[in-house]
Amino acid sequence: MANLLRRDGRDVHPDRDFPAYKSTALRHPKRPLVQLHNPETELAAPFLGSGPIGPLDADLTAQHDGAPLGERIVVTGQVRDGNGAPLAGQLVEVWQANASGRYAQAEDAHDAPLDPNFTGVGRCLTDDSGNYRFITVKPGPYPWRNHDKAWRPAHIHFSLFGTAFASRLITQMYFPGDPLFPYDPVMRSVTDAAARERMVAAFDLDATVDQWATGYRWDIVLRGPEKSIFETDLPEED
Amino acid sequence: MPDQPLTPAQTVGPFYGFALPYEGGPVIVEGGELHVHGTVFDGAGEPVPDALVEVLQADGEGRLDRGLFGRCSTAPEGRFAFTTVTPGATEDGCAPHLAVLVHARGLLLHLHTRVYFPDQAFNAYDPVLAKVPNDRRHTLVAVAEEDGFRFDIRLQGDDETVFFDV
Repeated sequence: MANLLRRDGRDVHPDRDFPAYKSTALRHPKRPLVQLHNPETELAAPFLGSGPIGPLDADLTAQHDGAPLGERIVVTGQVRDGNGAPLAGQLVEVWQANASGRYAQAEDAHDAPLDPNFTGVGRCLTDDSGNYRFITVKPGPYPWRNHDKAWRPAHIHFSLFGTAFASRLITQMYFPGDPLFPYDPVMRSVTDAAARERMVAAFDLDATVDQWATGYRWDIVLRGPEKSIFETDLPEED
Repeated sequence: MPDQPLTPAQTVGPFYGFALPYEGGPVIVEGGELHVHGTVFDGAGEPVPDALVEVLQADGEGRLDRGLFGRCSTAPEGRFAFTTVTPGATEDGCAPHLAVLVHARGLLLHLHTRVYFPDQAFNAYDPVLAKVPNDRRHTLVAVAEEDGFRFDIRLQGDDETVFFDV
């Protein structure tokens, strides 16, 4: 049996019914969710092996013949669980717009230039201390049609698994000081100010590389196991 | 270790299609005999062409120590399809099933559901199905068709799929 996951602390997540983000209107369930306590299948971890999920590539600036345009950055941080335990060997998937705010996906019709030297997709595994590190360019903000003059603040999408299907997380990392924050319903769907702040990376001098790239630190916390009384209270056996 | 507040979720957005789907993602087990397909619908009954469906399941013997994983985008018509093996009953007494995650633009936090299969005697004793009101249980049971099983996912509406808080 897999470790049972903590059920507390999940109220930081957005309510799926968030009218300011108009696409939620027809895409959130209206019936109550059925509560499952410690279902075995959802507590299992997907076996991702050495990577059927695409090649590992943590340098998004070196995937083409030339260097992409934009501000080169290092994005690094630790993945850990809600008990503070680092999560090693975790698959981290990222994707983002280019420096002009355009995604390399055909459906993105934003009138901003594509960059032939930038795709904007990266994957890596966390190291023994749970750390990941990507080299990329800072994505640009881009317009969307949610409301008049709607612009998404610059962000990088992150996908993580944790130790169970039930600890899966897809989220977005933002950049400090972005003036678009107060106008973005996606970000504001996280209604607790402190929780919102945890989606914002910090400029980090340690991650900055002299004469080459500015650095940002962003730690990610996933659902962790319940602390079992047996772990601490079992009498020692001979 | 001190408690750490969780990182909040955000929508997968509209433009994950060049990043998350991967070759072989919809083939959970190569050459598997089980084919499950379906369409994701919104509350207006329209197909959702920008959803991402992920599956985790036991192997044929019901073992979960190496959870079988698959991923399929619903572009361009809202449809997804997986090829896999029929999962065995799991240790907790659950009938054969697939655990499913639905991500989509407009969905700020993914949803958990499950695919069960018709004509499984075990379904009557399944502890998860037992928690689901009688009149909604059918939303979790795939429909047998000539080319496999159909499992449609309705995010909202009269016949809304049962979703779980795990």
